Amino acid sequence: MRYLPQTPEDRQAMLASIGANHVDELFIDVPKEVQLDGPIRDLPMHAGEMAVEAHMKALAKRNHAAGDMPFFLGAGAYRHHVPASVDHIIQRGEFLTAYTPYQPEIAQGTLQTLFEFQTQVARLFGVDVANASMYDGSTACWEAIVMARRITKRGKAVLSSGLHPHYVSVCNTMARFTKDKLVYEAPSFAAAGDGDTLLDQIDDDTSCVVVQYPDILGRISDISALAEKAHAHKALLIAVVTEPVALGALKSPGEMDADIVVGEGQSLGVGLQFGGPFVGLFGCKQKYVRQMPGRLCGETVDAEGKRGFVLTLSTREQHIRREKATSNICTNSGLCALAFTAHMTLLGEKGLRELAMLNHKKAVQVADRLGSIKGVSLMNDSFFNEFTLVLDHDARPIVRRLADQRILAGVSLGRLYPEDEALAYGLLVAVTETSTEEEVEILAAALESELS
Amino acid sequence: MSMLAQGRPTKQEENLIMPEQTGTETHTGNRALIVDEPLIFERGSPDRSGVDLPQAPDVETRLGGLERSSAIGVPGLSEAETVRHYTRLSRQNYAIDVGLFPLGSCTMKHNPRLNEKMARLKGFADIHPLQPMESVQGALQTIYELADWLKKLTGMPAVAMSPKAGAHGELCGILAIRSALEARGDAREVILVPESAHGTNPATAAFAGYKVEDIPANDAGRVDLEALKARLGPDIAGVMITNPNTCGLFEPDMKAISDAVHEAGALVYCDGANFNAIVGRVRPGDLGVDAMHINLHKTFSTPHGGGGPGSGPVVFSEALAPYAPLPFVEKMDNGHFYIVEEETAEDHHESSFGRMVAFHGQMGMFTRALTYMLSHGADGLKQVAEDAVLNANYILRQLEDVLDAPFADSGPCMHEALFSDKGFTNELSTLDLAKGMIDEGYHPMTMYFPLVVHGAMLVEPTETESKAAIDEFIGAFRSVAKRAKAGDEALKTAPHHAPRRRLDETLAARKPILVWKEPEEFAEAAE
Repeated sequence: MRYLPQTPEDRQAMLASIGANHVDELFIDVPKEVQLDGPIRDLPMHAGEMAVEAHMKALAKRNHAAGDMPFFLGAGAYRHHVPASVDHIIQRGEFLTAYTPYQPEIAQGTLQTLFEFQTQVARLFGVDVANASMYDGSTACWEAIVMARRITKRGKAVLSSGLHPHYVSVCNTMARFTKDKLVYEAPSFAAAGDGDTLLDQIDDDTSCVVVQYPDILGRISDISALAEKAHAHKALLIAVVTEPVALGALKSPGEMDADIVVGEGQSLGVGLQFGGPFVGLFGCKQKYVRQMPGRLCGETVDAEGKRGFVLTLSTREQHIRREKATSNICTNSGLCALAFTAHMTLLGEKGLRELAMLNHKKAVQVADRLGSIKGVSLMNDSFFNEFTLVLDHDARPIVRRLADQRILAGVSLGRLYPEDEALAYGLLVAVTETSTEEEVEILAAALESELS
Repeated sequence: MSMLAQGRPTKQEENLIMPEQTGTETHTGNRALIVDEPLIFERGSPDRSGVDLPQAPDVETRLGGLERSSAIGVPGLSEAETVRHYTRLSRQNYAIDVGLFPLGSCTMKHNPRLNEKMARLKGFADIHPLQPMESVQGALQTIYELADWLKKLTGMPAVAMSPKAGAHGELCGILAIRSALEARGDAREVILVPESAHGTNPATAAFAGYKVEDIPANDAGRVDLEALKARLGPDIAGVMITNPNTCGLFEPDMKAISDAVHEAGALVYCDGANFNAIVGRVRPGDLGVDAMHINLHKTFSTPHGGGGPGSGPVVFSEALAPYAPLPFVEKMDNGHFYIVEEETAEDHHESSFGRMVAFHGQMGMFTRALTYMLSHGADGLKQVAEDAVLNANYILRQLEDVLDAPFADSGPCMHEALFSDKGFTNELSTLDLAKGMIDEGYHPMTMYFPLVVHGAMLVEPTETESKAAIDEFIGAFRSVAKRAKAGDEALKTAPHHAPRRRLDETLAARKPILVWKEPEEFAEAAE
């Protein structure tokens, strides 16, 4: 078998040197009654590469790949063009098959890229420090709320209605167990967002306010007023960024005085991958660094005085602190962080700002084009590369029918908020640099047809 | 994994022989193929870029007055410079592709490249999680098939696919246990965890709101069954057992432990990190386990990537199956697949404790793991366990004359061999031995874990090493171990040949520098 290098002769020689006749003797501590007498039934036996490829290719073929048809989905996962070099970089065996850098002398490759990643994320977010990644944006969001609880010693978090409903769902699940109180209601088609409501909800029991920027309906709001009021009540402002490319065009949450900024880095380097693996981004102000979850890479020197990098502030973490750790996270999303940082490096500031403008201006064109269709109205006054259309029919069946015609029209709000009748007419449309005019016209024609 | 003992002091060594002294210093500071590579912030600039983008259309922006006005401060490089930057950095990394990676508890087996090829098929890589389900039937079937493999390999009736890593899987299992107990009106406060457990176990239990208490081990390195039974009571919600345990030993009383725990009204969580020792040969379901996470990035060969991404699906017993989190994939009578999300949960799965993560789980790792399972098959996976165990026992017996192996006399080990620092002289430590191994061309074994053995060294070769590779490793390990026993002073300043000498971790923690700053910025901050 191609992944098992031992020959029968090797095995015999090794058994002999151990003083055993058969490998079964090495399983002597395992009670006989639970040892299986042969390979597990109902599972296939081994297969060569060709057969395995055929099986997997058949599965892959049964999916509509985004690049093969008009595609306009977003809602927390975005289709961007990843430059060809990125995938080659992350497939270098020294990155792909490396371990967590616990032995820094032979892991400077991983450690230096993590340091660069941390710096890029901190700068993008406008905060002082960032960690070496979390699993994804939704778990990073919950960890931020937990961190706010540790810092403020309060248990009530106010969640904006603009927070991704999956993220809200994750927080609700965890809060049931930790007894944190979450204040939240689903959004409505109000172009202004819920900033005023949130301001009213901040009081002396609040640990944090959590806002998404841009939010789930694509709205962009100035969060400085929220920061100010939160701080007046000694609460924290947590900003959630599900589309980091937006920060190439928009003011950063840190500039608006957010205390913790978390997000999903998938847009850069990582690709759609049906939802995972993704990469959670986590940054905060300097004064909170010792309360951060996750790995941190820091600069130091070696015994010859040369600069090097190591994992640091490990007393926060599970392998040192065990039940007193800030989080239980161990394996995070290292290779995706590498993809993110490599993509950012290829873009550079200039490239990121151009990419952001390209996304936004294309989205403006598409929004106006689609908003002009009879039966469609554009909800947003402002947006980055994703906006909400309000249709005069239930959007969800339309999206399904268009998918059958090989048009991936966007995410219906009915899919995200199945209980909410009012939102059923909403359609989230994302436009990136990968969308073409031709595809837009195909979508427009299809919507016209559906709504006539 | 290995244990960082916080605050290990290091300092510039007096007896270091610097290159200047031997006349071998270079103008660049480079050493042939090992090139010191600056940071991108030192190399690049904000106006350089390695991508060409089309022109944006000529329209007014609509950003609500929140246009960025200040610089971000991220540099760019051309494509060639970018590729060179990361290539140079990669060459300063050890990896499985470079050599045997003996990290106990991590299962650093070869990462097959077929996995990478399959994961990149556009039908897997370029699909969005919220596409209408009829447009992603192949993806849903992939998840369903992998779930089926995991259930059959473990003999358990249900599996949650969404946890993103082992620790996330542990949380999933513990929350399911908590939900089950709350559902029967019997919320309990304490989880029992062996002292030898991986740090994520108590961290997870605490994160889920439990108090954690230790279970002692007996002299044979196993859970003390009588002590456990004595502690079981109405306040114990469950136990977290690793089996084989972190000393590399099978818990022969596992069934008795499960029975006792169940009798006391509690539930059994099994940490499946060491599944490689028994996969295809033993099913945890037959041992009375209620929940077990599986590390796809350990047993099932998905790459470690320098710190993830992993994937930690959790198999469940009948008792816990109703509480499994959302979302998961089900098959309809017409053979089509659908995702059970919040919407459909009420009809089919009303006891689910809820969603743990956005979207559906680590699809990229599912395709890799399924490719691996199809390649090995049930017969190959059984051989995996047998070769893993054989390789570890071979190492144990070849080295027990030169290194103290605390449990070597009591019988065979499983897939990993445990040694201690007993007999090291001249105040040499496990850390010094490990750094000596680096010079020999190997990543060190897991150090200082499990906590229950002094100066623990945990060696897991895995099944993908040939006898020849293992013999070479044994030779190197033996050589450095002998030096440690003999008190070889040079080990205290090892490694001597790595891209970096020993790094000052104390300094890094005392004065954390976690981001790059411009030199002026940095000087200001330091004032």
